[in-house]
Amino acid sequence: MRKKPDISLFDTKVMGPALRVALVKLDPRHLMKNPVIFVTEVAAALSTFLFLRGLLTGAGEVAVMGQIAAWLWFTVYFATFAEAMAEGRGKARADTLRTTQTETPAKLLVSLDAAETRTVSSQTLKPGDLVLVEVGDIVPADGEIVEGIASVDESAITGESAPVIREAGGDRSAVTGGTRLVSDWLKVKVTSKPGETFLDRMIALVEGAERQKTPNEVALGILLAGMTIIFLIVTATLEPFLLYSGAIVPVAFLIALLVTLIPTTIGGLLSAIGIAGMDRLVKANVIAKSGRAVEAAGDVDTLLLDKTGTITFGNRMADDFLPLSGTDERHLAELVHLASVADETPEGKSIVDLARKRLGREIDHDDRIAAAIPFTAQTRISGADLKDGRELRKGASDAILAWCDRTATPELSRLIERIARSGGTPLVVAADRKPIGVVHLKDVVKPGIRERFVELRRMGVRTVMVTGDNPLTAAAIAAEAGVDDFLAEATPEKKLELIRAEQAGGKLVAMCGDGSNDAPALAQADVGVAMNSGTSAAKEAGNLIDLDSDPTKLIEIVLVGKQLLISRGSLTTFSIANDVAKYFAILPAIFVAAYPGLAVLNVMRLESPASAILSAVIFNALVIVALIPLALKGVRYAPATAASLLRRNLLVYGLGGLIVPFLGIKAIDLLITSIAIV
Amino acid sequence: MSSDILLFIVYGVVVVALAWPLGLCMARLFEGGRTILTPVLGPVERLVYRAGGIDPQASQHWTRYAAAALAFNAVGWLILYAVLRLQGFLPLNPEGFAGLSPDLAFNTAVSFVTNTNWQAYGGETTLSYLSQMAGLTVQNFVSAATGIAVGVAVIRGFAGSDTAGPEARGLGNFWVDLTRATLYLLLPLSVLFALFLVWQGVPQNLSSYVEATTLEGARQTIPQGPAAAQIAIKQLGTNGGGFFNANSAVPYENPTPLSNFAEMVAILLVPAAFTFMFGRLVRDMRQGVAIFAAMGILFLAALALTYGAESEGNALFANLPIDQASGNMEGKEVRFGVGESALWATATTAASNGSVNSMHDSFTPLGAFAPMLLIQTGEVVFGGVGSGFYGMLAFVVLTVFLAGLMVGRTPEYLGRKIEAKEVKLAVIAFLVMPFGVLVFGAAAATIPMALASVQDRGPHGLSEILYAYSSATGNNGSAFAGFGAATPFHDTLLGIAMLLGRYAFIVPMLAIAGSLAAKKKLAASAGTFPTDGPLFVTLLVAVVLILGGLTFFPALALGPIAEHTAMLAGETF
Repeated sequence: MRKKPDISLFDTKVMGPALRVALVKLDPRHLMKNPVIFVTEVAAALSTFLFLRGLLTGAGEVAVMGQIAAWLWFTVYFATFAEAMAEGRGKARADTLRTTQTETPAKLLVSLDAAETRTVSSQTLKPGDLVLVEVGDIVPADGEIVEGIASVDESAITGESAPVIREAGGDRSAVTGGTRLVSDWLKVKVTSKPGETFLDRMIALVEGAERQKTPNEVALGILLAGMTIIFLIVTATLEPFLLYSGAIVPVAFLIALLVTLIPTTIGGLLSAIGIAGMDRLVKANVIAKSGRAVEAAGDVDTLLLDKTGTITFGNRMADDFLPLSGTDERHLAELVHLASVADETPEGKSIVDLARKRLGREIDHDDRIAAAIPFTAQTRISGADLKDGRELRKGASDAILAWCDRTATPELSRLIERIARSGGTPLVVAADRKPIGVVHLKDVVKPGIRERFVELRRMGVRTVMVTGDNPLTAAAIAAEAGVDDFLAEATPEKKLELIRAEQAGGKLVAMCGDGSNDAPALAQADVGVAMNSGTSAAKEAGNLIDLDSDPTKLIEIVLVGKQLLISRGSLTTFSIANDVAKYFAILPAIFVAAYPGLAVLNVMRLESPASAILSAVIFNALVIVALIPLALKGVRYAPATAASLLRRNLLVYGLGGLIVPFLGIKAIDLLITSIAIV
Repeated sequence: MSSDILLFIVYGVVVVALAWPLGLCMARLFEGGRTILTPVLGPVERLVYRAGGIDPQASQHWTRYAAAALAFNAVGWLILYAVLRLQGFLPLNPEGFAGLSPDLAFNTAVSFVTNTNWQAYGGETTLSYLSQMAGLTVQNFVSAATGIAVGVAVIRGFAGSDTAGPEARGLGNFWVDLTRATLYLLLPLSVLFALFLVWQGVPQNLSSYVEATTLEGARQTIPQGPAAAQIAIKQLGTNGGGFFNANSAVPYENPTPLSNFAEMVAILLVPAAFTFMFGRLVRDMRQGVAIFAAMGILFLAALALTYGAESEGNALFANLPIDQASGNMEGKEVRFGVGESALWATATTAASNGSVNSMHDSFTPLGAFAPMLLIQTGEVVFGGVGSGFYGMLAFVVLTVFLAGLMVGRTPEYLGRKIEAKEVKLAVIAFLVMPFGVLVFGAAAATIPMALASVQDRGPHGLSEILYAYSSATGNNGSAFAGFGAATPFHDTLLGIAMLLGRYAFIVPMLAIAGSLAAKKKLAASAGTFPTDGPLFVTLLVAVVLILGGLTFFPALALGPIAEHTAMLAGETF
């Protein structure tokens, strides 16, 4: 699979427009949606007014007031810039998509049997319209194939360059607008309205235009608004308390205190984090129908995974050669190699590969084989006749025994039974009508999948393998892959039942599926990932769609969901922890006017009240910029238990959030006093 | 010194040893189970239900539960207000006290209905026996019972029932909880405790005041009255309103070292038992122990600060011929000393009790800082009976929310998701303390009419204002006695602060409980953040401290902290 190239963080194509867009976003009507930053903007405007009035009346501290006002504007600008950057990256991705989204001509059919087509614009197609797509055409809209079979190049969406087969009926009957036919023809029933195709949805999603706040984001927004109100009360009541204490403090200083206390860091980065989270999904070629689904993915307790394609490669492969007495393994390997050279099935190829590996050399077979015996449904065996007259055959044990006209020896029966019990399939090999050994074919578990399951278990996610195999085989593969549980002889009904049972136990379930018969289960699951290659019924039922049709993607989605929440939580903690240092910077600066003794609170030994306040304001603004990369990329996340994750994040963002501003404010204070701007 | 430490340890052990079994009994009581008192009190209980037309099986939705609690309190307030205003015309008034002024009656009625027991009056010089007994003592019981009932209802919501369905959304029946809390819990405990106090020498009579001639020949009036009964419930129900003006510093309220120790235990008994009851009701004792641990840590930290500062004495006296070997003794009973005074002060402000055995106004700046901050956390370190626990649950909601985000899962507590609605309601509750303390306090620090009540100049004056409004909003009831609160302005504003502090917490917390009760219970996994371990306890403590600290640090810096630095610099005002 070819991954789309990532967009560099400092891509000028993104950064340039973002700098401009950020200015437009300063519009208070836009900022209203973000109370923290809105309050900051009001504070900036107010301090600007105070500065201008100070200029006219010649009040003291005008220079500092001007600088505070400037930095407050920077704070707001940096916050809008973060959002603009995240949107810009989304747009850049959307632009690549949009190149395929040009208006295309569509060949409209009046009826299924109509010979004539009428060429119309793809924009005029309605759901239910029938269109003919021929080789070289771009599919004009999302739809369901009603007739025909064709190979389709879907690289525009999936990045996968090899064309895929799409045909009427079955589970591969959906086509996506914007893809191109590379062979044959199709009659397609349009399923999407103009402007609502998958591509459209995806573009809207990455651009942030259709972005709705996710539930946890809404809850966090409320908390941040609440904290803003609390700090408004704190700073507003500080003036009367100061007056009571016999001190008059410039209002600009109190405004500075307010802005540094309210959670501007997380407030400024909140929407950027959300947009970037969606962007990470799109980068993984997954469309989420809602942000809610992404968050739900992070909460999943149980993951239902199809065995074939997710856990195993899906084809049986030769795993071992087991010779019967009288034959040695090398001899068996050589003969079975010769018997399989002409076998083009994945099984046959895997036998050849294994034989080469076991023998450690190539076998010159061309001049030894007289005739290849292909597999037929009647004989159920295949093999080759050699030039030296030997006949080699391989096949299921009963078929081979029938060919040999023998009964199984106890030795052979034992071998066959052992393989069957381990979840494998025995393939008996015979030479000259006498069995000489058995090939152990098995479902090969994908490398690395076991480790993924260990990670998932550590995160508290239980994995359940779903397979049509019998329980014996299923148990063996489940044990080998390291899943927690399995569902054997699965039917869509059994799958649905399993999901309901898990949910009744208070668990959130995720699954992926592609067939129409998966649709009920996809709809029932809390997170349903539909394969893009699947039927439109499945795609309607799921709440996420994987454009690569890769079932393993479910695991990535869970990680993206978790990372999204962790980024928000960590930056919130960081933002709140920052306030402690800001108190120690600003409060002594304000309070010494009332009680000189309170200078002991100036633990950072900042130069002067003015420099202390300015340093805190500058730090508060710059920390937003410094954290933009983190917000866009998401905080580092390695699967671990909740307790160890929390311990780590508290250490980094809680303790770090306490310490960093002390250092940062002190450094800024040293700098601005050395260049004497205060 | 070492004897003080020993006292603290014994105190802690006794509180836990009594609160644990009491918590389990309370769990049984509020689950509707039989208790050892059922054979005796069962008929009384059933009589109450029949007389009130109450169906004890009918579980109420949170809105109905809240409405019942508010209505009950409103009626209670009206009756108490009437009694206080009209006491001059009512019986049991041997001293012939006149009715209270409207503002004082408003303040006092609010104060007792909200379980604050802020006393803008002097008991023995203002109130008739009828006002004390039928008015205040009754509210001492039912305001405490209201707190307990709401606390139990909130816990029911958090614990939820295992079966989902419309009936599971109920939080219990307010009338039943109120009756059971009064009848089976507060009354029996109070009777036992009152008998103990009578044995120790506290009066319990309806006699006229006694005239006595002192050794110097001066004439003195010694007040009498039904003190033991009221003192028992004032301690057990985190009320704190003394029978006598000087509260538990007076020998008639608190005659012996044993009575002092027992009264201190009584302050924390029911609030601490709530944590263990919670553990039992949610079927996971570790959850209750975790909350107890968080409260305990905050309590110990406050005690250490108060005790340390009081032991240190007053730096201004260093060069005066004053022996400060036993610490700052101003405003303290010699018989209690610094140790027992500091422990009482911490306990009474941690729990929203408000009774005192020493004068907080005379504490050193940092010695008074800790009690004030304990109140300003919203009275959640043990806190009032019931109210302290549901207050702490608001912090738990916030803590779980932050922790949940940090581990990448929608936050959940006890298997129920904490979502926007719960956060919103918790935020409303968190706005109460800043509003009552800072906004009202700022008004009091600005308006000239209000400023007349302030006794001292300099930062201590601000401390007096802050303490008064913290105490009222936190429903504590203790005061810096130098602050002259009995003015129409403060009576009214403090009364409003008390109402805010009580009901602006009760309603959102019941709403959270109602919302959680309706949610499906989720299964825990390794990805669920455990809320019963040291990590959670640490985080909960940090959230309480950071939220309380960030909110009140600026104001406190201009009060106690400025006072402290001035004291060290030898500066006076």
